[in-house]
Amino acid sequence: MNMALLNNHIAVDDSLEEVTKKVWQILETVSDPEVPVLSVIDLGIVRNIAVTQTPQLEGWGVSISITPTYTGCPAIDVMSMGIRMALLQEGFTNITINQVLSPAWTTDWMSESGKQKLKAYGIAPPKYSKAVGSSNAFQEEEIIQCPLCNSQNTRLVSQFGSTACKALYQCNECKEPFDYFKCH
Amino acid sequence: MINDHLLKFTLHLADNALIIGHRNSEWCGHGPVLEQDIALSNISLDYIGQARNFYQYAAQLQGNGATEDSLAYLRDAEDFKNCLLVEMPNGDWAQTIVREFLFSTYQYFLFEKLQISADQQLSAIAEKALKEVTYHVRWSSEWVIRLGDGTEESKQRMEKAIEAMWPYTNELFIPTSFETGVLVQSFGFDLSALQATWNKKVTAVFEEATLCIPDNTTNKIGGKEGKHTEYLTSLLEEMQFLQRTHPGAEW
Repeated sequence: MNMALLNNHIAVDDSLEEVTKKVWQILETVSDPEVPVLSVIDLGIVRNIAVTQTPQLEGWGVSISITPTYTGCPAIDVMSMGIRMALLQEGFTNITINQVLSPAWTTDWMSESGKQKLKAYGIAPPKYSKAVGSSNAFQEEEIIQCPLCNSQNTRLVSQFGSTACKALYQCNECKEPFDYFKCH
Repeated sequence: MINDHLLKFTLHLADNALIIGHRNSEWCGHGPVLEQDIALSNISLDYIGQARNFYQYAAQLQGNGATEDSLAYLRDAEDFKNCLLVEMPNGDWAQTIVREFLFSTYQYFLFEKLQISADQQLSAIAEKALKEVTYHVRWSSEWVIRLGDGTEESKQRMEKAIEAMWPYTNELFIPTSFETGVLVQSFGFDLSALQATWNKKVTAVFEEATLCIPDNTTNKIGGKEGKHTEYLTSLLEEMQFLQRTHPGAEW
């Protein structure tokens, strides 16, 4: 987060549209603590933003719905806190953040720029999920491209990696081990 | 009555997830290789996440100041409604794999049904967790096949593990009054309806693993009604120790 460079500070006489746009811009600066190249917007966890004027507090209130990526992912609390801090610093007075579970988050909600950032960071981005939650997906093997040398000749080392969202792969060509942000 | 049933059913789902999550987490730092140690710890984390969601909902249903923490840390063994299978000790790697495979396959088919239901919160949690459970089933299936169709030693250990775990599987499908109360009335199906689908999946994986379903085993039941083995008592002693000794302690 680089607050000093931002000019998102809101004013009481801004329009609703302007303030809403600013909120989206502010959230672009809040990153995933586990994968810091991704913002909460890139990740696709922000499901709704509702801005309201709160004259009694002489400011703007905002209500944000976020959805966890994985049921047990501890990063959601950190991201929720990050969103609150960023909005407070930009002058919001009345902030509500609630967690919604349904519809369940999917890697298909990750932005295209987010996927590119992941690859540049050395993590193979998720492919489009073909209904991961179906029983015929039990034994399916995916072909994952190496984010470093782009070879398709890679092998799965473990379906579970350093965090809940990643699997561990190795490239058979360049021999580098790498993380794959798995479909969900 | 329906609310009492719903509360008990939600606690049952929470307890199942917490206890198997805790059991699996006992492998952390002890796994056979680093990758599998990490895999099982990840799976535990998914279960603890599930448990938190279910406990939060149960706390809301129960009221009276109940919280997810009070439900997890301050109830006694006889209040726990988990099935016996999940409290079984880890044993060797084979036993942990068999327990994980049998339970996650059950959870998969149960959550598949729960996600389409009259109770919004239970559906939302099931929909969310189902994606993770799919990975649990896939991971444990692969291990069942690798070990069953592996060396003489690994096959023999798997056979022993299946022998030990199988008596606890029928309990999964014998409904208690609270399960029937919720599932039949709000979801339109009964637990026994899942058994055939579960059996088919388990049989298919066992066949690939050159393993057999044992016949003539006894049925060990009672966990869902609060009648547990001594294994749960010692698990709770360790898990609840801190909150019992220092009530309200926080990290």
